Amino acid sequence: MNVKKLWTGNLKVSGYRVAGYLVALTLAATASAAVLSGVVAGGLQASGVSALVAGDLQVSGLAAAQNPVQQPAAPTPQQPSEVAVVISGDPGTPPRYAIPDFQALTPDAAEIAKTVAQVLWDDLTFEREFYLIPRDTYASIPTARSPEQIAFNAWNELGADAVVFGTVQKTGNNVRIEVRLFNVRTRQPVFAKEYTGADNNPRLYAHTVADEIHQQQRALRGVARTKLAFSSDRNRERVVGSVENRDVKEIYISDYDGANVRRITTNRQLNLTPVWAPDARSIAYTSYRRGYPDLFIALIYQGLQQEPTKGGTQNWLPMFSPDGTRIVFTSSREGNPELYIINRDGSGLRRLTNHPAIDTTPTWSPTGTQISFTSDRAGQPQIYIVGADGLNLRRLTTAESYADRPTWSPAPFNEIAFAARTGPGYDIKVYDLATGVTRQITFGEGSNESPAYAPNGRHVAFTSTRTGRTQIFTVGRDGRGLHQVTRDGNNFTPSWSN
Amino acid sequence: MVQLMPMRAYFAFVIAISLVAAGCSRRQPPIAQPAPPSAAAPPATTAAPPPPPVRVEEALPVPGEPVAEDSIGGRSLDDLNRDSPFKPVFFALDSSDLDDPGRAVVSGNAALLKKYSAWVITVEGHADERGTAEYNLALGERRAVAVKAYLLSLGVAPDRVRTVSYGKEFPFDPGHDEAAWAKNRRAHFVITSK
Repeated sequence: MNVKKLWTGNLKVSGYRVAGYLVALTLAATASAAVLSGVVAGGLQASGVSALVAGDLQVSGLAAAQNPVQQPAAPTPQQPSEVAVVISGDPGTPPRYAIPDFQALTPDAAEIAKTVAQVLWDDLTFEREFYLIPRDTYASIPTARSPEQIAFNAWNELGADAVVFGTVQKTGNNVRIEVRLFNVRTRQPVFAKEYTGADNNPRLYAHTVADEIHQQQRALRGVARTKLAFSSDRNRERVVGSVENRDVKEIYISDYDGANVRRITTNRQLNLTPVWAPDARSIAYTSYRRGYPDLFIALIYQGLQQEPTKGGTQNWLPMFSPDGTRIVFTSSREGNPELYIINRDGSGLRRLTNHPAIDTTPTWSPTGTQISFTSDRAGQPQIYIVGADGLNLRRLTTAESYADRPTWSPAPFNEIAFAARTGPGYDIKVYDLATGVTRQITFGEGSNESPAYAPNGRHVAFTSTRTGRTQIFTVGRDGRGLHQVTRDGNNFTPSWSN
Repeated sequence: MVQLMPMRAYFAFVIAISLVAAGCSRRQPPIAQPAPPSAAAPPATTAAPPPPPVRVEEALPVPGEPVAEDSIGGRSLDDLNRDSPFKPVFFALDSSDLDDPGRAVVSGNAALLKKYSAWVITVEGHADERGTAEYNLALGERRAVAVKAYLLSLGVAPDRVRTVSYGKEFPFDPGHDEAAWAKNRRAHFVITSK
């Protein structure tokens, strides 16, 4: 995908992070358009890890004259800053956005035009920074074929503060998508970019636009291009062995909204508790492919795997340190479930806990200096915190009868989500480390387990049985904005990528 | 003498087969053990002296004899595990402690292990669905380890018992009531080689 600014305005853009690649956006004009280079890494490996196709991106600027765009009025001289491009709503209310279907400039682009607009609408709705005017209310507003035709009066009457105008042109297997965000009051574009690349994943264009609009308009790191990893029995295979009726679980990934599901493991055994590395290019997980639980790391875009703890001992529940260099995990290698830390390359193993009770389910603090975990040393599973040096142990939860799967929020929040028994099942609760106050974010709709934070800390992915089988959902950290991510088979232990 | 030659050849064949069979049964377990009280080992020793032709007729039903003696030893691993001679050990909620009935079951299983001294087993630790998926992996491990510890205290060699925890991943009863949960809180014995 190529990204080009159609109009620079006052916006300063230094780089984009697209599908894990940091790409420099050059605003220098060159007449030659760089072409998307899709990197296909390997095929299916004997290791049982399938290589995925990474959308490798090259970005180059194009001559502005090549795509004449309506020039903005001269900016207010006193405020040549980003404030000038932010669209505000009425005082005290979020800005109201309208996103009509994009215009298909070629007949075969109609489907992509519809998809991109709908996905952009969903992505912008997800962060709840804007009010997205329902798309079925736009019927009375004349369709604009070009920016000059936008019916600003009609959009204003509908209550829109901002309206998106987009076009899609398809050439062979490539698309060119132009997106402009207009301030309805000033009738000026505050965001205008062109994206070119392959047509095989139109949703990625919408996700990219959503992240860029959130960044520009709200200084918010959106999650539209993030992914979820999870364990699933959706392929309905059975474990090969002498005990019958045992379902295989494999590791899968999907976009944050559940689209684009890809299978990662293919070993037809139990594969559990996947966790993303901070670079969003590898996934550590627990696999029983050797007959006992052990840690594996799948380098998903290379089709390679690593075994940091290889050697015949029982290891499970890995979690990467925030810098990606270390893994904390549970192991019974010395006879009892304890926490250990090992370098990603398998060196530097050391034991973190030492107690005859169970110590398990570790997670790192965002700074990498502390570990939160579960222990039943007080009789029932409860949440504890210990320094990464093994010192300064303290108990966190005291009012729960059973608590497990602590997961530490990223900054700027400082809280730990966990699953707490609230009856026959579990609900997700959040412990605020600053105040010591615990709040609940699910309320007895099925059993809710295995919370995992989004990289911006604003959402929590978890599993729930509220629709019957076990599925993955996301919800805001305030307990609002529930979304169902998976619908196929049973799905477990989500992890949210950077 | 001319007639005896094929007889001797036949006998050599029987001995060879017996030795191969004994060798196979010794090779399968990863640990060195005396020959199991099964397969064709006894006929190999009785057939060793050069016998008169009359006794050849008696030696013909070689495979049948040991099977009649022991109906368990001759079965395949899959058959054994499908209808296991080992009894499962059940646990209380959130507990990995062996109670008296549990210890009695482990003792019975230990006796079976002593009888079939080539068997290597895996003790699987399982948990019911009421615990969380993550914690149950540790709980299942504790249950398996508790059973292994008791087996070792009864004299079973450590290298004959492996443990693995499946948490709540493989329930034996898919139900959602106490009867199902009680069946799923268990240590399950699987014969991994014989």
